[in-house]
Amino acid sequence: MHSFGYRANALLTFAVTILALMCAMASISDNFNHPSPSAHVEVLNINWFQKQSKGNDEVSMQLNISADLQSLFTWNTKQVFVFVAAEYETPKNSLNQISLWDGIIPSREHAKFWIHTSNKYHFIDQGSNLRGKEFNLTLHWHVMPKTGKMFADKIVMSGYRLPEEYR
Amino acid sequence: MDWQGQKLAEQLMQILLLAFAVVAFATGYISGSFQMMVLIYAVGVVLTTLVTVPNWPFFNRHPLKWLDPSEAEKHPKPQEAVSAKKKPAKNMI
Repeated sequence: MHSFGYRANALLTFAVTILALMCAMASISDNFNHPSPSAHVEVLNINWFQKQSKGNDEVSMQLNISADLQSLFTWNTKQVFVFVAAEYETPKNSLNQISLWDGIIPSREHAKFWIHTSNKYHFIDQGSNLRGKEFNLTLHWHVMPKTGKMFADKIVMSGYRLPEEYR
Repeated sequence: MDWQGQKLAEQLMQILLLAFAVVAFATGYISGSFQMMVLIYAVGVVLTTLVTVPNWPFFNRHPLKWLDPSEAEKHPKPQEAVSAKKKPAKNMI
């Protein structure tokens, strides 16, 4: 502490170190949050179901996605990224996952929502396996923090089935 | 600053910053506002800087008694017994 510059440097270094510790504690405090989210996805309608010229199946559907993700938000949450994926099995791949829709929830107020939409991203198979295919729709979320660790989880909804024939 | 003042400045700096950090975190956590925590802490850092970094008079309450240069010539280099307080610090304020 011999001079002005010395003290200023010591203070700044200490202040930044403490700030880093505070951010770590804020991230740790997220572990005390036990969220209880709920979600439901309904396939309202199959718009069309075709085999592309390249030989791959493609389907377009109307979805009704409703969810209550309010309990995921903490004081250290910047936003929640949520997406719906279709999961199914084919002879070639034991697990296929296709993202059909995603969105960003910026705050707690927007976390209880329902949306009626066709799939945002194309549902295209690697091949021609989709006729009569049973699939799960999974709602995934990533809780993005202001500082620290990101938490991700999902809800699996099963029991969906594609039509037997192209439309 | 004198020696006591330097020690006081360092201790004050550490205690003030820690105290503001605790208050900031507690307030932020309880009110559920991250912004509140950062704001309180920023105010705390600025305040601590104002209190501990400039060379305030209250940091110089035990000033060192430097010998007059002409006095020093009259007295030869000290023996062990005499030298309790003579420490040549070159970069003192």
